Amino acid sequence: MAERIAPITMPKFGLAMTEGTVVGWLAKTGDNITAGQELVEIETTKITNVYESPVSGMLRRQIAQEGEIQPVGALIGVVADATVPEAEIDAFIAGFEAETTRKSDDGDTTATPANTIIEVGTLRLRVQDSGNAHSGKIPVVLIHGFAGSLENWMLTQPVLAEQTRVIAFDLPGHGESSKSVGDGTTRTMARTVQDLMNTLSIDRAHIVGHSLGGAIALELAALGPDLVASLTLIAPAGLGPAVNGVFIEGILTADRRKTLEPVLSLLVHDKTLISRQMIEDMIRFKRLDGVLPGLRTLAAASFEGNRQSISLLAALENYVGPVSILWGENDEILPVANADIIPDQGMVTRYAGTGHMPQLERAGEVAERLATIVTGQDNP
Amino acid sequence: MSRKSFRQAINEALRQEMRRDERVILMGEDIAGGKGGTSGVEEAWGGVLGVTKGLYTEFGPDRVLDTPITEASYIGAAAGAAATGLRPVAELMFVDFVGCCLDQIMNQAAKFRYMFGGKARTPLVIRAMYGAGFSAAAQHSQALYPIFTHIPGLKVVIPSSAYEAKGLLIEAIRDDDPVIFLENKLMYDEEEEVPDEPYTIPFGEANLTREGDDVTIVAFGRMVALANQAADLLQKQGISCTVIDPRTTSPLDTGTILDCVAETGRLVIVDESSPRCNMATDIAALVAEEGFDTLKAPIRRVTPPHTPVPFSTALEKHYMPDADKIAAAVRSVMAYAAKQEA
Amino acid sequence: MQISHDILLRSYRAMRTIRDFEERLHVEFATGEIPGFVHLYCGEEASAVGICAHLSETDTIASTHRGHGHCIAKGVAVEGMMAEIYGKKSGVCEGKGGSMHIADLSLGMLGANGIVGGGPPLICGAALSHKLLKDGGVAVAFYGDGASNEGTTLESLNLASVWSLPAVFVLEDNGYGEATASSYACAGSQRARAEGFGMPYVECDGTDFFAVHQAAAEAIGHARSGKGPVMMHVHLARWYGHFEGEAASYRRPEDVVRLRAEKDCLKNFREQVASTSMIEAAELDAIDKAVRAEIDQAVSKAKADPMPEAADLLENVYVSY
Repeated sequence: MAERIAPITMPKFGLAMTEGTVVGWLAKTGDNITAGQELVEIETTKITNVYESPVSGMLRRQIAQEGEIQPVGALIGVVADATVPEAEIDAFIAGFEAETTRKSDDGDTTATPANTIIEVGTLRLRVQDSGNAHSGKIPVVLIHGFAGSLENWMLTQPVLAEQTRVIAFDLPGHGESSKSVGDGTTRTMARTVQDLMNTLSIDRAHIVGHSLGGAIALELAALGPDLVASLTLIAPAGLGPAVNGVFIEGILTADRRKTLEPVLSLLVHDKTLISRQMIEDMIRFKRLDGVLPGLRTLAAASFEGNRQSISLLAALENYVGPVSILWGENDEILPVANADIIPDQGMVTRYAGTGHMPQLERAGEVAERLATIVTGQDNP
Repeated sequence: MSRKSFRQAINEALRQEMRRDERVILMGEDIAGGKGGTSGVEEAWGGVLGVTKGLYTEFGPDRVLDTPITEASYIGAAAGAAATGLRPVAELMFVDFVGCCLDQIMNQAAKFRYMFGGKARTPLVIRAMYGAGFSAAAQHSQALYPIFTHIPGLKVVIPSSAYEAKGLLIEAIRDDDPVIFLENKLMYDEEEEVPDEPYTIPFGEANLTREGDDVTIVAFGRMVALANQAADLLQKQGISCTVIDPRTTSPLDTGTILDCVAETGRLVIVDESSPRCNMATDIAALVAEEGFDTLKAPIRRVTPPHTPVPFSTALEKHYMPDADKIAAAVRSVMAYAAKQEA
Repeated sequence: MQISHDILLRSYRAMRTIRDFEERLHVEFATGEIPGFVHLYCGEEASAVGICAHLSETDTIASTHRGHGHCIAKGVAVEGMMAEIYGKKSGVCEGKGGSMHIADLSLGMLGANGIVGGGPPLICGAALSHKLLKDGGVAVAFYGDGASNEGTTLESLNLASVWSLPAVFVLEDNGYGEATASSYACAGSQRARAEGFGMPYVECDGTDFFAVHQAAAEAIGHARSGKGPVMMHVHLARWYGHFEGEAASYRRPEDVVRLRAEKDCLKNFREQVASTSMIEAAELDAIDKAVRAEIDQAVSKAKADPMPEAADLLENVYVSY
């Protein structure tokens, strides 16, 4: 041995390896080893390989522990003669590590609620199940709209989750849920919500629906009134005649940033809210297998040009629980004038300077409003 | 959605397409690895850099075929199989090996459809690694996409990230024409968010990874990330850049390039391939011909010198374009414009 | 092996069609009306026909630059072939391919090929398709003595053996690769090459239809039964040069005279069927007459048919682009 202390470093196997995981040491600290003896098992993205000691001596330290990832060249162990004092080895390690950057695999520790995939019948639904399930309060189920996803509730969900259990999910054909939408009717979608609640053992919930999700919420109220503790409809479809066919058609046909940006801009009154990332996310969503046929089926089931082919006014009138309807006065997709046909105008709150997504443009007010419903302090 | 490496994204694209369509088969040198070895382990490697790992185990020897080291015969076999009902994905390992089988690509697969009066379909994908950067030297480091781009009948794809790789590879496998799919070997461990579901990214549609007012940068493959780095650096110095990733060199999204140059008036092209007759010269010619009136400064090309790829890490560093070289080129076209205005 | 009356008549007709097609091209080429290169198959007819008699549309063949005979034997339409050779829009490849690229994939004809040794790798792929799609088909690569030395061919023999493919490698050995004799260019023996790759080897006189038919039955039967590839060495001689218009000074004129007199597969066929009373001469005479008319018609039509339009230039580079 030329040096008194020899470093054992993460070896490089093959051309592309940049880091490796220590699977296990094949020699214990204090073992005498000879050059060429199998010393440590290393795993890369390609292979698991045994690293043979380049030197002879005593294995004095195992620096990298099992499961640790280290870059190529990092110090993973020390071999030295048995006579070398511990202090000298410590100094050697300190000196070596001053020149290398250690990298540990801490994992992701961010606190966003985890999304899970839940099997509901033949469908797989992405569900964000958050909040306090033991609050004693009735849970909330959030239903997004056409071409939306559970991310539409990102400003709503955290506020509600402080109060009770909150379920946001991707409808079939949306987000990361199955892309099969069946006949695409709001009735079929409502049955899926019913099945989801059943799967999650939720027998009653405050139902919040946005846009097409509002129509689905109304269908659900008709299907199973007992499931619905209250209805909150945000710019809902199914009430009133008009829909902006340019938006629906644009969602179906525009597939580049330039053509999609004006379409998504119809969603909001403050056009600066449509970020590059939102457009990119929509483009990426539309590229997924099965998305376009699903969206086409959904659109065809509920819309025809600038008219809605569904009407759920009767469902609204028959529902006996509390109802709140929130609408942006500058909605360019389902115009606020649609709300005029609602018999009890006391249900309706109109937001000035707001487009089709009050839960985004009036995030604070909408979330507060929903929170009062959950806590039973709502007095419309 | 989860974080996946470039390698995992490619593996997942292959796996999902093989599950979807049993006509999709893989062939190549050591894509399983280990056939006939004394250990009896039949999937010892899963590709020389582990890209096809696990596919042999899932799909078996009929659909994941290890070949002898005979590029001409198996690339030709892939072409013949494509013309007769299968959808092969052949791996050429290092693109530098194309010298051994160019006839089967250039004179056979690429020509069938035209030469046979539209009566042939050749749904063939040839995957290969390209690029310099880990001292693999002159015969294992080239960026030969201009050779393929030059040949009518081929489509040429250069993914710039894991997300791009999965969507473009699935598109390539579903395409009915022969597609050359080139993977930069330095990128295999680079990770980003990639959907778990299958998706496709259409060919011939450039992606703008940055949008700015002053200079348009066109970059390919791994150079896109370097161009982004340069753009982000320059942004802090008051120069805003558009970065275009054309994704495919054939078809080439000439419209987006001309539109962006019309907006910025300045163009820098970053191309890892040798400078004579490469993508940079091609795009420079395009803009000189069709966008001349919109230019405020001469076009600059950032490429390696016209030398083979050197071995020594010191030399290879000089050889390769990097973010500093790109930023310097951008500053020089800005300086030219300032000089003209002064 | 008993060959049915019907197959005999069809085989004779195919050989006669090839002969008349090629002889007529020889004449027409000299007028200057046919563009490009033409490589004639005269004298080799029994090889293509004796082998393709065992194939159906499910089976695949790949041909060579000397491909007219293989096309006709595999069933490609004569009118469309002639129009193709004249560069007309009505040609089987719409005037995009010409003599060296005639193909019809719907008939399992994977193309003549302008590259010596271009076909064998493709045939490995076609054989793989037959094997994996389980359609019972075999794939046949025709290649010449010149191509027998190409790396692509030798690699393909190896690959077909390694993968145990239903492939037949038909070496049409006509004695010359372009202007160079195979006695000069081919080292060792073809039989030893087949043995070297671990595949059976059969050989036959390619000017004797019955000999080819018999050997092909054995070779194709072997491949079709799943036992792996096989090499079939067919000894031939071409009557014309490598291509039309060449200087044929590399061989003695009397060689060709002797070939025509002694090694004519059509004459040979007539003599054999006459001696065994299998077919009446009158039946064959009727075929001769019908074929002459068919070729006349194909040439007249090819000459009269319109050229492709400028817009056709850009069509069919890709399926979609």
